[in-house]
Amino acid sequence: MKQFKRLIIPYFIWAIIILVIPLFLIALYAFTTEGNEVMTLSFTWGNFAKFLEATYLNVILKSFWLGLLTTFICLVLGYPLALIIARCSEKMQGLLIMLVTIPMWINMLLRTYAWMNLLSDNGIINNLLAKIGLGPINMMYTDFSVMLGLICNFMPFMIIPIHTSLNKMDKSLIEAAYDLGANRFQTFWKVIWKLSLPGVVNGIMMVFLLAISSFVIPKLLGGGQYMLIGNLIESQFISVGDWNFGSAISMILAVIILLSMSLMKRMDKEKGE
Amino acid sequence: MKKSTRFEKIYLGIVFLLMYLPVAVVIIFSFNESKLPVRLTGFSLQWYQKLFADRDMQEALVNSLILGAASCAVSAVIGTMGAVGLSRIHWKTKGALEYISILPLMIPEIILGMVLMAFFYMLNLPFGMLTLLIGHTVFCIPYILMEVKARLVGMDPSLEEAARDLGATSLRAFFDITLPLIMPAVASGSLLAFAMSMDDVVISIFINGPRLSTLPIKVYTQIKTGVTPEINALCTIMLAFTVLLLLVYSLVRKLYRKLR
Amino acid sequence: MNKLIELKNLTKNFDDQQVLRGINLDIYENEFLTLLGPSGCGKTTTLRIIAGFEEPSGGEVLFNGIEISKLPPYKREVNTVFQKYALFPHLNVADNIGFGLNLKKVDKTVISQKVSKMLKMVGLEGFEKRDVTLLSGGQQQRVAIARALVNEPKILLLDEPLGALDAKIRKQMQIELKKIQQEVGITFIYVTHDQEEALSMSDTVVVMNNGEIQQIGAPTDIYNEPENRFVASFIGESNIIEGIMIKDFLVQFDGFEFECVDKGFEDNEEIEVVLRPEDLDIVEPSQAKLNGVVRNVTFKGVHYEILVETELRTYKVQTTDYAEVGRQVGLKFGPEDIHVMYRMGAY
Repeated sequence: MKQFKRLIIPYFIWAIIILVIPLFLIALYAFTTEGNEVMTLSFTWGNFAKFLEATYLNVILKSFWLGLLTTFICLVLGYPLALIIARCSEKMQGLLIMLVTIPMWINMLLRTYAWMNLLSDNGIINNLLAKIGLGPINMMYTDFSVMLGLICNFMPFMIIPIHTSLNKMDKSLIEAAYDLGANRFQTFWKVIWKLSLPGVVNGIMMVFLLAISSFVIPKLLGGGQYMLIGNLIESQFISVGDWNFGSAISMILAVIILLSMSLMKRMDKEKGE
Repeated sequence: MKKSTRFEKIYLGIVFLLMYLPVAVVIIFSFNESKLPVRLTGFSLQWYQKLFADRDMQEALVNSLILGAASCAVSAVIGTMGAVGLSRIHWKTKGALEYISILPLMIPEIILGMVLMAFFYMLNLPFGMLTLLIGHTVFCIPYILMEVKARLVGMDPSLEEAARDLGATSLRAFFDITLPLIMPAVASGSLLAFAMSMDDVVISIFINGPRLSTLPIKVYTQIKTGVTPEINALCTIMLAFTVLLLLVYSLVRKLYRKLR
Repeated sequence: MNKLIELKNLTKNFDDQQVLRGINLDIYENEFLTLLGPSGCGKTTTLRIIAGFEEPSGGEVLFNGIEISKLPPYKREVNTVFQKYALFPHLNVADNIGFGLNLKKVDKTVISQKVSKMLKMVGLEGFEKRDVTLLSGGQQQRVAIARALVNEPKILLLDEPLGALDAKIRKQMQIELKKIQQEVGITFIYVTHDQEEALSMSDTVVVMNNGEIQQIGAPTDIYNEPENRFVASFIGESNIIEGIMIKDFLVQFDGFEFECVDKGFEDNEEIEVVLRPEDLDIVEPSQAKLNGVVRNVTFKGVHYEILVETELRTYKVQTTDYAEVGRQVGLKFGPEDIHVMYRMGAY
């Protein structure tokens, strides 16, 4: 069996060259100025300092806020759904979960584009509204359209982990809670919710990660001027050409994600005990 | 299980409506006669005809298929070998390697795209099919690696021992026993990877060449300008393709479970 | 009979843990030998070294007098029946059984003949095309045995092969395994932690603990003449009492001297005595040296299990006679019921 250890070599080389080195490269960019040549390195905090300018700080805060809001709404809407599904018969559950999963397979572009059909100024909704004499409502290119896109796109990522942990739960625990005199609310709060927390934490992490780093959805549903962190990174790399600043933003995004993930993990551990 | 109440049914209905209605609208209007995607005027296939006549589209489709197949093939080889190797080593670095293997699935795509762009630029690699191929392996390999690894973990190690006991060399045991048994996982992982590659837009935007376009990139650039019936038709085709892949995938999974 | 395998001072370390501490064992042709011991005693490791899946850290493995410990498994005339059978799920019954012959490039028609013959022997005639994953545990077990035996090995190794079966099929398979062994006339090396299984099937039982052999012997010897406290307590139930061997055929324990049938100890050597619960009889106090009070009676189906508290200890007695709790009784046993063994360190 020993000889098969060597099979890992191509993967190892690939991981080092394509993943590890480029990631270090970005850190290098983030802390240096000007020029994309490695030869002319000069260390600086400037790229991060630039971030404190109001325009950029606003982008971060807005992304953060939108990410939190999206995650929260997904949780509030998704949890009851997962609960309803988990209480259906085995066969029905399979079907419903499949219905939840399929959109995850549909290209995100397509799902986002689909909303444009409905929301645009001369789109279907406004046309229907006009028929009953209501003036056109501007829905495209607003916070509303972006949020709607984010929520509908990422909802399955909240529902599935919650459903998994609800489904894994021993049903007799719920009966035991009733048996011991808990009412419906107490049973939910003290037993069901507590036991589904791992799934909830997973769902929150996934949705938040996806929402805060989203880039296509705000671009399409928010318009060219709509800026979230993802769009800022793209513009720095593709249109502005300030790679150093772009790298610094990416690092900040990565730090935000890592921090929130470790925070959630810690909460999960504390609550679990 | 008790039956869901009427309120629960309505709630389920609303959420699924939100998830599926927009997509349904796209499909319906792709067959609509009118240029304006607002009112249904009659059935027509003209948008599909226009689409098929579009040279750029054809080219983009071919590019996507080549890219998907190539990145999936390369990833299948590296990922499968990696998974087998990973299951055989007991170094201290194993943990780190396993962490790296899921890294691409945790880092936001936008960062991956940007990282790769900067890296290729520094290497002076011309942006085009090659950079796209390398870029797509970044998310394809982890999928295949994870599927195969899960399969290997679930496999009884005495199977390979049994083969050697019955007279097979280690090499024969690997090819006669282990490989056939992990093949379904390789296949389902590759399908997943293929679907991902065919769908990817974020990473591709950063690393595609100036004149090269894949199907998703084509859609992306066209959508930005607004809603048209041609794009509705294109999206419908892509949707059909996804459904087809899903069917094949579930078929492979079924086979896979049978072998357990 | 010829010596087939000789293990000489075999040791094995995993990392810093010593799992075999010098195993010396001769295995003969046509022998049904069982390695018996609690989990972690080294029995499976010994088996895996004979099969070739592990290399010993020290010592020798001789096969017909030739050292084979570095030989890969596929070059050994030894086949294994694995604990969870390890049937190849992607091959049908016939292809599983024919796997080894196929590798040896045996002619296809010969293979299918041999496969059918094997299936007949294990009682699965006509199962050739079946899917192995759909067979019952007992059937899978039979296929695994057939797959190993079709290669006509000199030795068949069985690693707790009945562990995954339920009690009834297990009993049936025990009988069948013994029958098969006699039919094919080769050596079986059988690993188990089930003492009943070991005693009922084997010609020779090797009791192991902590990487060392405790005793080698025929089942009756192992049961009746345990060499030390570990063997006595691992096999069957027993009362173990510390005593002194005053001289040949005379032993002293619990303050009395008893006649016995053991000899060869030094005079006044400190020893331990085993009294099997089923060898003790409950009698009137006047008829026995050892007296005590009945503390507990449990009905066990065929017999009662009675705990009798004497001055110094509590004896376990298995008898068909009933004695009520609180009664004053005597404990009677003959000289042949006293098994004297060497005293061990702390166990």
